[in-house]
Amino acid sequence: MTTLIIAVLGFIMIAAAVMAIYSKSLLSAIISAGVISLLASVIYLLLAAPDVAMTEAAIGSGLTTVVFLFAFHKIRRSEEAKNG
Amino acid sequence: MVKRFFILVMLILFGLMILPLLTGVPPATGLNPLAAKYVQDGPQELGAANLVTAIVVTYRGLDTLGEVAVLFIATAGVGFLLRRKKEHAESGTKRPASEILQTGTAFLMPLIFLFGVYIFVHGHLTPGGGFQGGVVIASGVLLLMLANTSARINQTLLHFVESLSGAFYVGIGILGLVLAAGFLDNRFLPLGHFGTLCSAGAIPVIYSLIGLKVGSELVGILENMRGDPL
Repeated sequence: MTTLIIAVLGFIMIAAAVMAIYSKSLLSAIISAGVISLLASVIYLLLAAPDVAMTEAAIGSGLTTVVFLFAFHKIRRSEEAKNG
Repeated sequence: MVKRFFILVMLILFGLMILPLLTGVPPATGLNPLAAKYVQDGPQELGAANLVTAIVVTYRGLDTLGEVAVLFIATAGVGFLLRRKKEHAESGTKRPASEILQTGTAFLMPLIFLFGVYIFVHGHLTPGGGFQGGVVIASGVLLLMLANTSARINQTLLHFVESLSGAFYVGIGILGLVLAAGFLDNRFLPLGHFGTLCSAGAIPVIYSLIGLKVGSELVGILENMRGDPL
């Protein structure tokens, strides 16, 4: 049963990774990169590694996503200043 | 077209190269000798109920010190690269956060901080520890940043907490070298009763310091990334 759940989560992770590469919008690419980390932390939890799962959930899907969003905001603002 | 063909051939060759790793390696049937020694002797030697913490903080304490140093250098780099724009970025009207976000933040902030402190103080008993607790505290501060867009974080206080906890961390390591068996040895404080909060020697102290250091470093990164007008 656990193997089945892990396999399903792994397929969703691969789909999210492909979406992060091929998505036209940078925002949805950032969000799907965060989804990968979140699902990876669930898999760590299922494989009985709660310490790693906590780190992955907090850093991977929380802080890294937010840092990417801040950087995205900065880039967009400087491009707007250049064009307009 | 030729380029794509080349890439495909390279991918197939690479797949053939790592195929023996999937099929040829026999699955591990038991712990290797070093891991077996940690599992057998760790609880008696160090008195930590969470074996992962015992390994991370004591047996592999030097590696953890290196990780903290890497994080410190990363923070310093972010601060160095993003600092300069301070003078000419005063304009820009900030949109205040919504009522829901402000009320929710006021309700959740104390709970998130308390949870972060709980994680790193109980690092030797339950899963988690300094890094995880520090990140939870940083995410609490992030919520505060989103709710109060005009609030500034006191950088001096951050640097003070960060350097002080780092210095104390190294100081405790040297104390272990002098009073106990080696650098970052936790046994110069009494081991206490197994499984209680005040047990496992210096591990809770070290992990609390790491938690404060990681938390203040990540808050510094967020504060620098946020820039001025958001």
